[in-house]
Amino acid sequence: MTAYLDLQHIDMTFSSAKGDFNALKDVNLTVKKGEFLALIGHSGCGKSTVLNIVAGLLDASGGVALLKNREIKGPGPNRAVVFQNHSLLPWLTVFENVKLAVDKVMADKPRAERREWVMHNLKLVHMDNAADKRPGEISGGMKQRVGIARALAMQPDVLLMDEPFGALDALTRAHLQDSVMEIQAKLNNTVLMITHDVDEAVLLSDRIVMMTNGPSAGIGEILDVDLPRPRDRLTLAQDPRYHHLRGQVLAFLYQKHLKEAA
Amino acid sequence: MNAQTLMLTAMPVGHTESCGTEAQTIPPRETRSVAATRPKPRPAPLLRDRAKREKTALILKTLLLPLLTFAVIVATWSYLHTHVAPEFPAPSETWEHAKAVLTDPFRDAGPNDKGIGWQLLHSLARVGAGFGLAALVGIPLGFLMGMSRNMQHAFSPLIQILKPVSPLAWLPIGLLLFKAVDPSAIFVIFITCIWPMIINTATGVKAIPQDYMNVAAVLKLDKLELVRRVLFPATLPYVVTGMRLSLGIAWMVIVAAEMLTGGIGIGFWLWDEWNNLNVSSIIVAIGVIGGVGIVLDLMMGFMQNRLDYNKR
Ligand SMILES: Nc1ncnc2c1ncn2[C@@H]1O[C@H](COP(=O)(O)OP(=O)(O)OP(=O)(O)O)[C@@H](O)[C@H]1O
Ligand SMILES: [Mg+2]
Repeated sequence: MTAYLDLQHIDMTFSSAKGDFNALKDVNLTVKKGEFLALIGHSGCGKSTVLNIVAGLLDASGGVALLKNREIKGPGPNRAVVFQNHSLLPWLTVFENVKLAVDKVMADKPRAERREWVMHNLKLVHMDNAADKRPGEISGGMKQRVGIARALAMQPDVLLMDEPFGALDALTRAHLQDSVMEIQAKLNNTVLMITHDVDEAVLLSDRIVMMTNGPSAGIGEILDVDLPRPRDRLTLAQDPRYHHLRGQVLAFLYQKHLKEAA
Repeated sequence: MNAQTLMLTAMPVGHTESCGTEAQTIPPRETRSVAATRPKPRPAPLLRDRAKREKTALILKTLLLPLLTFAVIVATWSYLHTHVAPEFPAPSETWEHAKAVLTDPFRDAGPNDKGIGWQLLHSLARVGAGFGLAALVGIPLGFLMGMSRNMQHAFSPLIQILKPVSPLAWLPIGLLLFKAVDPSAIFVIFITCIWPMIINTATGVKAIPQDYMNVAAVLKLDKLELVRRVLFPATLPYVVTGMRLSLGIAWMVIVAAEMLTGGIGIGFWLWDEWNNLNVSSIIVAIGVIGGVGIVLDLMMGFMQNRLDYNKR
């Protein structure tokens, strides 16, 4: 398998005044170009840490992270991040928040085209009506949607999403999941998505990476999701394979893993 | 009681805002947002009466209580004048004097007899100059200290030592350096203003949430963009707070500084009137200095509200 993104023996130890904390131990993961990976695991196990290492926001204390066979050194717009807490800049409007990213990655394009691209991405997440609001004036789910629009607008090689749909109601969530699947199919980006939602993991991903509990968390199991694409949530709901996969993830999370942790 | 009236008026507004664009996509909220677009339900007449009564009571209280305090002070003052210290001017006498001084603020009868308006303008000009220079130096220095650990280490001890020193202690140094009173007074104000500006700016830079820095890092903003798009707007509320603090102190310090330097200015005017045993003038000056102080603070407060993204 040709590795696009390759994590080799990643260790992560946070040192603080109170001592060292080993969050990740020997994490190995290879991802193909265009693959959609879901990262699932109990809270605090180290999912965000893995994502941040790929983003380049954290430096692993051991091992290497390679993207296209080059070591990841620092962050860059080719790896867009949808942050767990949306991270919009509060002094910019919704429009300006997305535009900041677009101006950066499409610096060579004319102004009008960049504006249009911002609005296009805001429409995608149904936030075009609130383009002139500031983050302080919109709800948590709306902020999350803008964060997604910002990342999508960057047309990254790797899209890193940290619980992107967590703060959304079921309908908006379904709608955005569908858009992300559609965009991913069209652009063939490689996606790493953290989620707590088993259905979401099975519906969206090609493989589900299940992490063991921390400290010294690692990858417990990797589940192949060999459901045909394009996927439709209503059809899948009738599909026994879907329920089988779902059951396997649940079993990992709530049986194998709780016992190990106890 | 207050909470009730507040809720009645505030709730529907809050709902329209948060549901605005979600209304079409989310049926469960439909019911609520429909209610929100309907005309606001009017509070029952009984409640409206009560709200009205509470409002008038509040106005009366905020007006009457300070007036009461004022009356007590004037009464004590006239008691002091008649029974304890007759050299102290009577309230009525001071009032007459105040009217004379304040109705002709820009009187100009030679270099030693200028109206209170001129005095204030000179003091304000000194404060403005010292304050402006301090902002030019202090805010960039604060940014550097907030951004770089080395700068922090280099300057922090010096600032810690100098900050508690009364700015007036610098007056002789100013006189020595500039050999003139005006620049010396400006220098003292500069020293007064610079510490809060540096410290607040540096604190603001250090308080920027990691999230914002992560966004900047992922976008790979260069140094200039980072300062312009992230550091500066995020720090602005702290910077303005520093400016507000220093302006308040500067207005206090200028009065004392001018008493020492002489020339023209509200501080020296006050001191001069004391030398002439013109106590009414001193009382008027105290009131005027306080009034100008309030105006300056209101101006900075207004700026703070305009620039603080949390309050917009
Ligand atoms: N900067 C840090 N310093 C010290 N410890 C940290 C730091 N960041 C994370 N940790 C620790 O590392 C562990 C993993 O954190 P991480 O944020 O990756 O968890 P997570 O799986 O994303 O959890 P959640 O699902 O709740 O978001 C946690 O125990 C956390 O306390
Ligand atoms: Mg996390």
